[in-house]
Amino acid sequence: MTSALQMKVDSTVTGFKVFTIGSFRFERCEYFAYIHWPQGSHMMPVDAFLRALMRDIAWGFFYGTVNFDEVVGTTNHYGTVDLFAGTLNAEYKASGKDYLETFPSDVLMKLFIDMQNDWTNSGFDPFAAPQETGEAWGRKNGSNREAIARKRQTAKRMIGVPGDTEVRSDANGYTVNRAFLDVDQSSPEIVEEPGFTNRIHAFNLFAFLSRSDVTWNPSVVSVIRQSLLCPTTEEFILPIEHGNDRVEWFLQVSDEIFWEIKDGQTGKIRANVVMKAGDVCCMPADIRHKGLSPKRSMLIVWENGSPEIMQMVKNGTVPRVGVEF
Amino acid sequence: MSPKYSTYFASIDSYQKGGVQIIDDNIKNFVFSNIYEVAATHKPYERIVVGKNLDYTLEVARAEGASPWYACAHDEFVVAMDYNVEVHFVELAEPGSLDDDRDGAVRLAGQPPGKKIGKVILQRGHMALLPEKTAYQFQSARPATLLFQTILGQESVERWNDICLK
Repeated sequence: MTSALQMKVDSTVTGFKVFTIGSFRFERCEYFAYIHWPQGSHMMPVDAFLRALMRDIAWGFFYGTVNFDEVVGTTNHYGTVDLFAGTLNAEYKASGKDYLETFPSDVLMKLFIDMQNDWTNSGFDPFAAPQETGEAWGRKNGSNREAIARKRQTAKRMIGVPGDTEVRSDANGYTVNRAFLDVDQSSPEIVEEPGFTNRIHAFNLFAFLSRSDVTWNPSVVSVIRQSLLCPTTEEFILPIEHGNDRVEWFLQVSDEIFWEIKDGQTGKIRANVVMKAGDVCCMPADIRHKGLSPKRSMLIVWENGSPEIMQMVKNGTVPRVGVEF
Repeated sequence: MSPKYSTYFASIDSYQKGGVQIIDDNIKNFVFSNIYEVAATHKPYERIVVGKNLDYTLEVARAEGASPWYACAHDEFVVAMDYNVEVHFVELAEPGSLDDDRDGAVRLAGQPPGKKIGKVILQRGHMALLPEKTAYQFQSARPATLLFQTILGQESVERWNDICLK
């Protein structure tokens, strides 16, 4: 008698493509995504998998690690990317069932985009809050390329400055979200002296956020060299656990978010953080965090995208905490 | 019928802090503060650093009355976080007098000579560009909270022991 540790997925029935890269294989059925590697396999609810995959694509593998869940994820080395299973899970690691392969970023990105395109059914929007999307379940049923091809807005200097990314409005398709109908939509009053047209600039940041059509996907609204102000609107659960490779600052603008803080390497719980409007908190560079937002809320994520930090990450000298006092 | 939601924003005179429950860490590592508490407990226009990433900073100031005049060699940004604040702009007659290598805001001796560029009236949530090499001043009829995106400079004040959870 033989035993098999892998679940059976019949892609000829479900209609979804099977994807392979290196020694990894990805399959989906009506409810789950399956990730196989030489020493094991893992299953995730496919809606959670597609939401996580969407963030990894949208953020270009982001800063540090994007944990899809407690087993599978990617770590960005800025040119190459680790795809891993169990590597950042204490039990998998201890039992030797973990596995990691490194790929050129563009190669893995292409696979992820192809997978997202094929596995996202019509009506399911992996960027949207659960109350604002159709279901991910079922057999292959069309696609939703318009939703998953959305690009986050990234200002070069500031949103709304002539020649830069435009302010959100009804006219350009950004309507006020159902949860922010009470947010003031006024524009700043700008008084220009003769001869100084377009020297002063201002816009309504909170109104801009109230019109976000995605969740857990920061935009860049203002830039000073490599200092990036990245506000976002959050609802339900951050679809990934972000493992920091540098410190990352949060400023809660409205409402509240609960953050689970775990050790970046082992996944063991280290702290819980409750952020209310006006709270500022720094995520240390050796943790992973996951946010839970019961009501759609506004959050400023503040990042330092400087090449200097990338070099510090690579040579292990990046500060572990934001400030020592 | 769609449910009705109420968005909660705080202010200098109405805020409630969250906090950190430590399981296996040090609470100081989270550098946890609240911008409205910082504004409520400091003197007008002290620029208190609430976030720092290498030399980049997020700073908070209590706006009340007229501020000193400032200028900066690089762009800065400010957000009115609760109440109305006016920002007045003046063209520097000698922009070269500002040291290009000096980061952060520089306090000027008074209103600088130069042409008035204009002003912007910010309400809660409005964000303004403080353009490089342009003098600016804030005016606020009542205490209000300003959030700055800038770089550590001579006006930046670090009081982590006073503002953060310990």
